[in-house]
Amino acid sequence: MKPAFILAAVAALALLGFSTYEALYVAPTEALQGEVQRIFYYHVPCAWVAGLCFFFNFCASAWFLFRRNQAVDAFALASAEVGVVFCTIVLITGPLWARPVWGIWWTWDARLTTTFVLWLIYASYLILRKFATGGQGAVLGAALSIFGFADVPIVYFSIRIFRTQHPQPVIAGGENSGLEIHMLYAFLWNLLAFTILGLVIVWARYLVQRVDQAVEEAHKAAALRESAAGGAA
Amino acid sequence: MSVAPGFGTVLRMTIGKDLRMEWRSKDAINSMLFFSLLVVVIFSFSFDPTAETSREIAGGLIWTSFLFAAVVALNQTWARELRSQALDAFRVSPAPPNSLFLAKALGNMIFVTILECLMAPLFTMFYNLRALGNWKLLPVIAILGTWALVVNGTFFAAMSIRTRIRETLLPLILFPISLPALLAMVNATTAVLTGDYSPIIWIKLLTVYDVVFTTICLMLFGTVINAE
Amino acid sequence: MTTPAQPVATEAKVAVSLDSIVKFFGRFVALRNVTATFAAGRLYVILGDNGAGKSTLLRVMTGLLKPTSGAVKLLGEDPDDVNPRFGYMGHAPLLYDELTGVENLNYFAKLYGMDDHVVRDAIRTVGLDPDLDRRVGNYSQGMRQRMSLARSVIHNPEILFLDEPFSNVDVKSAHDMAALLGKMRDEGRTLFVVTHQPAVLEAFADEYIMMSSGQIVERREEHKA
Repeated sequence: MKPAFILAAVAALALLGFSTYEALYVAPTEALQGEVQRIFYYHVPCAWVAGLCFFFNFCASAWFLFRRNQAVDAFALASAEVGVVFCTIVLITGPLWARPVWGIWWTWDARLTTTFVLWLIYASYLILRKFATGGQGAVLGAALSIFGFADVPIVYFSIRIFRTQHPQPVIAGGENSGLEIHMLYAFLWNLLAFTILGLVIVWARYLVQRVDQAVEEAHKAAALRESAAGGAA
Repeated sequence: MSVAPGFGTVLRMTIGKDLRMEWRSKDAINSMLFFSLLVVVIFSFSFDPTAETSREIAGGLIWTSFLFAAVVALNQTWARELRSQALDAFRVSPAPPNSLFLAKALGNMIFVTILECLMAPLFTMFYNLRALGNWKLLPVIAILGTWALVVNGTFFAAMSIRTRIRETLLPLILFPISLPALLAMVNATTAVLTGDYSPIIWIKLLTVYDVVFTTICLMLFGTVINAE
Repeated sequence: MTTPAQPVATEAKVAVSLDSIVKFFGRFVALRNVTATFAAGRLYVILGDNGAGKSTLLRVMTGLLKPTSGAVKLLGEDPDDVNPRFGYMGHAPLLYDELTGVENLNYFAKLYGMDDHVVRDAIRTVGLDPDLDRRVGNYSQGMRQRMSLARSVIHNPEILFLDEPFSNVDVKSAHDMAALLGKMRDEGRTLFVVTHQPAVLEAFADEYIMMSSGQIVERREEHKA
């Protein structure tokens, strides 16, 4: 395994350890919400990482449609998978946080709906890739990714418009709305830790995919060679 | 010697062919009609609201049933091409792929619109609907909304025929992407029915959605159809 | 049908050239480093066992399949650029069952920018009645294959690719079609025919191409008296 990767992985875990300590012990307890508020230190960074991954996937997909490069496709797949995982975490931690604090599991506000739609789009992306025949999954998935990327801002705005006409209490304030200084530190450390962690996991998944691709190529090369030997019958 | 065929000619011929074929076999129309009727009746049974409430929820119910009916149609159009494998003959010819896409999309548009024209009166009857707002906006909303569903649906149906789980994959991909359009359609319709607020912002959103996604579909269709 | 506009000057004009064509389906090698040139104006009969790669070769030559690696040139160009100059008759009839023969051909003629009047001639040339008001779905296999042949030549192509045109076809239809193919070759067209029934084309074939396991293993000229 590459030394750079090991270094990054160790750094990620170390950072995560530190940021967890910050989040669970150092940061003060929130006055109104109590201990459960600490989910915030995981929930928001995971959302950020998921968004980043999906953005990477869009860039890789667009690039892949121009230049059919296997490495780029591996990166697209890796970022999509990791994005879906982090998005799942967001969708689970969100309701867990909302229920005790605001009394409701879910509401169709702009942020939540957009997150859910993103999750649906990328879950269908993964299914499309898995079930496409031949080698078409990469191309079809890339096309879907373009659609998804165009759709997300429209989703966000459509719900915003909806909520101006059908207002509801907003479920959570903005990430930086009046955070006490120690909480802000804890939050930023976690943001950093999760970003590094996310990148490391994407990197790892990318490497695995590249190995898979190399194995496929090796099988193909072997099949090509053996026929050349036994084909001139 | 043959010449490159005109885009409009291919479009016209393909739509004509599809409509003629549909008229003869009545595959899609029959299943769509029956399914939609079923949906209208079931919804009417399950939700038996007062006149006040019915105007609130009718928009959602109507568009849900149109959506389900549209998915049935969308699966059918490409299934026909698959049966005859005529897609190969099309790809081998100099006809532009986008003309095929638009022809399929417009054909679907015609089918679904016919369906809507049949179902809307039924809904109006069952729910005793009366538009308190500007009813002339309803056809506009219907056209923009139906196109939003059909244009993406035709594209995704073309993609899903290349997978092993055709019919299941189409709604799976289509629904999340169509969410903002659905929201716009439902809210615009409700706005017109209840007269409580203006549907204009939703109509604008639908227009933007239609323009954006029609462009993306036309840009990417060639890639997808030749992805063998 | 009229003869193609471009006169075939010499035997040396190349219809199709293949350079190191490799095609994978997953891990299965369908075509292994196929390199060959095919001169124009000849009728090539492609033979081989099932899975030898005959249909795949045809699809690669028409541009329906892109090779995993290697280059295909049709009349010196990329297949996608010369669509009007070649015709393809696939294993499936590539016709719409719900339409009549004339309706089918009218549609395909329009895809090539041809006028309607060529349709009836094309149908007569393959020995069918253009006024037959029957849906293709109700045709016999022989009729369907003839109609598919008409569809593939309606735009007067210089090259014709046929994938098992005689499969499940009655003897008379097969012989009529074979004679038609021979006549087209005499007019200067190039034909590639994949078949399991080479006897039908015995009188007309110029060269036999034997394929096995994704390679061309033998090319045998037919010397006619």
